[in-house]
Amino acid sequence: MPVTLSGVTLTQGGRTILQDAGFAIHDCEFVGVLGPNGAGKTTLMRAILGLLRPQRGSIAVFGRPAERGNPAIGYMPQVRSAPAGLRLRGWDVVAGAASGYRFGLPGISAADRREVAWALDIVDASALAARPLGELSGGERQRLLLAQALLGRPQLLLLDEPLASLDPRHQHGVVALVRELQQRLKLAVLFSAHDLNPVLGALDRVLYLGGGQAALGTVDEVVTGPVLSRLYGAAIDVARVDGRIFVMAGAHTVGCAHEHG
Amino acid sequence: MLHYGFMANAFAAAAIVSVLAGLTGYFLVLRGQTFAGHALSHVGFSGATGAVLFGVAPLWGLLLMTLAGGVAMGLLGERLAHRDVAIGIVLSLSLGLGMLFLHFFTAYASQATALLFGNVLGVTAQTVWTLLALALLSLAALALIGRPLLFASVQPELAEAKGVNLRRLGVAFLAIVALATAACVQIVGVLLVFALMVGPAATAQQLTARIGRGLLLAAGLALAEAWGGLVLAFYTDWPASFWITALSGAAYLLASLTRLRWRAVKPLRPPV
Repeated sequence: MPVTLSGVTLTQGGRTILQDAGFAIHDCEFVGVLGPNGAGKTTLMRAILGLLRPQRGSIAVFGRPAERGNPAIGYMPQVRSAPAGLRLRGWDVVAGAASGYRFGLPGISAADRREVAWALDIVDASALAARPLGELSGGERQRLLLAQALLGRPQLLLLDEPLASLDPRHQHGVVALVRELQQRLKLAVLFSAHDLNPVLGALDRVLYLGGGQAALGTVDEVVTGPVLSRLYGAAIDVARVDGRIFVMAGAHTVGCAHEHG
Repeated sequence: MLHYGFMANAFAAAAIVSVLAGLTGYFLVLRGQTFAGHALSHVGFSGATGAVLFGVAPLWGLLLMTLAGGVAMGLLGERLAHRDVAIGIVLSLSLGLGMLFLHFFTAYASQATALLFGNVLGVTAQTVWTLLALALLSLAALALIGRPLLFASVQPELAEAKGVNLRRLGVAFLAIVALATAACVQIVGVLLVFALMVGPAATAQQLTARIGRGLLLAAGLALAEAWGGLVLAFYTDWPASFWITALSGAAYLLASLTRLRWRAVKPLRPPV
């Protein structure tokens, strides 16, 4: 089992992210992680990575306690401005993660070099890697960072808001690419997003976080008025229009959808 | 010009220090910590003048204070991020303290100028050996942490997840910067450390997006600017520190202009 939480209570900066939560992510499963801002999507990923200890309960990754530097996990942090504005060649940035935790001179071994070539090839980004990262479009940059997350052939991918600041066309491209990789490489994927609709077509299940609780299930089971009302702690309506899903609080839309192609 | 002993010493010292400054500076620019180099040199000033007061060579006081400052900055880390006022006050306090120590010392003016603006032509053979030892120590440490440092500088969140200890790495790097700063002060003085440590590295990053070439270019540019400054100083009798800062500034300006022109001729490809 890629990820198992049992009786987990997780706090971050005095806020309770999860309270006595338990769920399991299955093999080869694409799970969308959703929830209002500050619900703890990033915190949950950091806990699975072993960067944050739960107050209570346990988190297991492939049957072993979560610990830092687990090679079975590929991670793509939410893009902050730093790598985006960087005048460094894409290849150098991607390759920096291959054995990047080991002491020594910068520069990588022949085996790591082959691994980088494989990862770039599988996301079709070999040509992009020759250009400085700061000159790439958002979609191209995400493709390179996805290649980086695949280094070391992990079986679990944690992708934190890979659609943030992408336009709808690029959002669709990234989702399709992740889905294809997930099926081809038989990966379990946790894919966080603040909007459900762009990932709707790719999801196996959805993990909704809110109010210290987590609900994991199919979209039809979880994205419903009663379940979301419980998570948000307020009356929530869910409307379906043309295969898109709108989540609304009273008269106001809480999570409005972009067009989904 | 090399048959003058003081020139030979100056060339040797400039070579050792510029290579160290160029390589350290490359990481400093990449991490966006250039101000740290500047800050450390100011903190070092009080140490250097204090040492003079106690009859110790200024280099040792300088080293002590920059190292203490570097480690403290590394430990404070993120908490220093938006504390411009606090940093500024500590810096001016250090310079002020240095001034006070000089006040109590009699050979006041020449010592102060040497510390503030450098006195590469006054470097002794013994100092050259000390600088060499310092540089070898710093470069060995930099070689040891080079790979994780690069990773952590570009993608800190990912590096942390892969098991890199960001804080320990940050402290180690700033300790190296502290040693490099103390070495730089011997050549260009407290106020002009930027010229050797940041100028060549920033120029290199304008010219290449490759890490290996960038590091070589940063060291090469620093060496060329330092030696060029010495040659020009020898023939014009103007201060070497002036020429080094002038060359460093000119190289950065040229590199920026070249890049802008290159981009104007060859527009960025539209996003795909």
